[in-house]
Amino acid sequence: MKIHKYDTVIVGAGGAGMRAAIEATKRSRTAVLTKLYPTRSHTGAAQGGMAAALANVEEDNWEWHTFDTVKGGDYLVDQDAAEILAKEAIDAVLDLEKMGLPFNRTPDGTIDQRRFGGHTRNHGEAAVRRSCYAADRTGHMILQTLYQNCVKEGVEFFNEFYVLDQLIVEVDGVKKSAGVVAYELATGEIHIFQAKAVIYASGGTGKFFKVTSNAHTLTGDGQAACYRRGLPLEDMEFFQFHPTGIWRMGILLTEGARGEGGILRNKDGERFMEKYAPVMKDLASRDVVSRSIYTEIREGRGCGPEGDHVYLDLTHLPPEQLDAKLPDITEFARTYLGIEPYTDPIPIQPTAHYAMGGIPTNVEGEVLADNTTVVPGLYAAGEVACVSVHGANRLGTNSLLDINVFGKRAGIAAAEYAASHDFVELPENPEELVVSQVERLRDATGAERVAELRKELQETMDANVMVFRTEQTIKTAVEKIAELRERYLNVSIQDKGKRFNTDLLEAIELGNLLDLAEVMAQSALARKESRGGHYREDFPNRDDVNFMRHTMAYREVGDDGTETIRLDYKPVVQTRYQPMERKY
Amino acid sequence: MATPTLEKEDAKPEAGFADSPYITVTFRIRRFNPEVSADAVWEDFQMEIDPKERVLDGLHKIKWEQDGTLTFRRSCAHGICGSDAMRINGKNRLACKTLIKDINPSKPITVEPIKGLTVLKDLVVDMDPFFQAYRDVMPFLVTTGNEPTRERLQSAEDRERFDDTTKCILCAACTSSCPVFWNDGQYFGPAAIVNAHRFIFDSRDEAGEQRLEILNDKDGVWRCRTTFNCTDACPRGIEVTKAIQEVKRALITRRF
Repeated sequence: MKIHKYDTVIVGAGGAGMRAAIEATKRSRTAVLTKLYPTRSHTGAAQGGMAAALANVEEDNWEWHTFDTVKGGDYLVDQDAAEILAKEAIDAVLDLEKMGLPFNRTPDGTIDQRRFGGHTRNHGEAAVRRSCYAADRTGHMILQTLYQNCVKEGVEFFNEFYVLDQLIVEVDGVKKSAGVVAYELATGEIHIFQAKAVIYASGGTGKFFKVTSNAHTLTGDGQAACYRRGLPLEDMEFFQFHPTGIWRMGILLTEGARGEGGILRNKDGERFMEKYAPVMKDLASRDVVSRSIYTEIREGRGCGPEGDHVYLDLTHLPPEQLDAKLPDITEFARTYLGIEPYTDPIPIQPTAHYAMGGIPTNVEGEVLADNTTVVPGLYAAGEVACVSVHGANRLGTNSLLDINVFGKRAGIAAAEYAASHDFVELPENPEELVVSQVERLRDATGAERVAELRKELQETMDANVMVFRTEQTIKTAVEKIAELRERYLNVSIQDKGKRFNTDLLEAIELGNLLDLAEVMAQSALARKESRGGHYREDFPNRDDVNFMRHTMAYREVGDDGTETIRLDYKPVVQTRYQPMERKY
Repeated sequence: MATPTLEKEDAKPEAGFADSPYITVTFRIRRFNPEVSADAVWEDFQMEIDPKERVLDGLHKIKWEQDGTLTFRRSCAHGICGSDAMRINGKNRLACKTLIKDINPSKPITVEPIKGLTVLKDLVVDMDPFFQAYRDVMPFLVTTGNEPTRERLQSAEDRERFDDTTKCILCAACTSSCPVFWNDGQYFGPAAIVNAHRFIFDSRDEAGEQRLEILNDKDGVWRCRTTFNCTDACPRGIEVTKAIQEVKRALITRRF
């Protein structure tokens, strides 16, 4: 075991982690721990753009952007946070441009902008061009640009280090962060990183679904590490299903395809979104479009022999436009489906895409231990966090924005905290939990296999807590997850070695997914209303009287060792906007 | 343009997902684990798999159903993250972008680690020398003078000039396909030059001369023998050899 000491430790090297690292490294001795090489992070898979009211191509302003974000989130958004997001968006985009990001350009040489779902002119009048983009590889360009600038600033990375535990120490009755415990993939060695400030930027948890746009590595490690140490998770029932994933595979096809004029069609060739969203049509918010797609499929208007998908039609767009604006996604269709998007429509279905919920933070990125109490020295930003700027449904292009705005804020806040505070003393045997977890799995001889349990988890999540939910389906998922958690205790792995033991890490990741799936299902069961990405067929309406509030889920361990989830609630911050019915 | 209808599907089964029986495929994988043995060996695995699945899916089937010790890197599974470059049937490719049907599954499919970098375990190689070469070419925008309030202006044509080399995902398929790199690990390699190109030809950048001097080194661009392996290997379709040639030309003419 090795012990390291840093002012600031950042967990994760995607967009939020690297944006934080650029700020923190300038101000404090910083280490970035990442389970992948930084450029492998899933930020790179984001395609369509980053929202900011630059008004480069038409009239726009940050107040309209704030409104769209609040409305898009079905009024569960904390409006003070949304206002910061929209205001600071402009500088966030300009910062990236100055760092070298190659945005597409207008004829004047300024950053070009295009339409995206839910982004409107003057509070819903019509679609507005707000998404700043680099073809359909905006996330790739952001990830590369941030990594380039980390190289420039001399950011110190620990690549292929898995953070498995968050050290929390109670000092004078206050829970404080003392550091993290990491597992080095190459050697199997355990490392303690004592740090004045820790920032989680470890991404989402989409791998508990089967059809998902998420990478294999998105297993909610940061959420699980904090949750296991008694910190709450906020709004975990809200998960976004992106309307256009490649049929059966889930690979993302950007909303930018519809921003460029693409149309969704059912088996009769009908542009069905006209029925569900007369103004915004195919560019309504993602939850609305995903539900519309499944409604078409359920009512027998799906395509294919099994009627289980619909089409994304780009065939009316000029090939030059597809080549210039959507080169990657058209190539995905060719590579994985053997389809030529110039001439043939692409079969699509909604795909699990983004966790709106996560580790609760305030607008400085400080993690909350309850509705109001900050955990000194602990920060989170990006998909792992819940500020909440996305509420019940995130707008497209607001996540690349979120990681830049709140990654920067968390990086500055953490480094400034580190500059004015001392190390918190490490607990006795800080490695204890991780060592016992690793040794238990290495020595286990049970008959259960990781891959089988994961498959069963993903199948039950797809079947029961996806776009449509009812009390019955959620209860089915809850029971199945409980069964899987029981069987997980009996899991064994084949690789008993220390060197690059990915067999072991997959087992640990499955444990994280099971913990988080349970929180998600329990949170969904208790929310007896429909709002944004959480749609209850047995409670089809939004209920602002009883549920205009954030869910806060806590892990509780009884005296006999039994684990339960305690649900509490937190008020939504409302400033400018009164809740209204949501129409597109 | 044809409006999609059911009738059309009856006439022509949807490309990609027509009824297709599973086939039996053999993966012949180069295994190495110094915790077990100092020698690398070939090991065969058989499986039933839909030929429209990816080589990565086949590797997962082995790891998840047959042998949990099989070790490889992967993340996004659709050709964006650059984790799973490997040598498949003797050619550098991404396992997640290579469909089994496209590489003659009637014969054993060979899978080896990429060449020229130290193998650590099975298909996992030491990427540090690769990233060091990348860092050595100053892969970041350098500007001088006061920053503008708004964005720097760049014409669409100037933006287009370096578009091809912005696509790089640092997977190392090009560098580890280069015979010069195999023989001499000191050579920067195609990927580093591609990333230098991306900035040398960016109209906003002011460090082109410095980068060119770095690449004028004995281990720089002049080592390139124009074999085009890199261009063939690039999973992003970057014209790597052309980019290297443009850097060479810029060194001679000092115009870029």
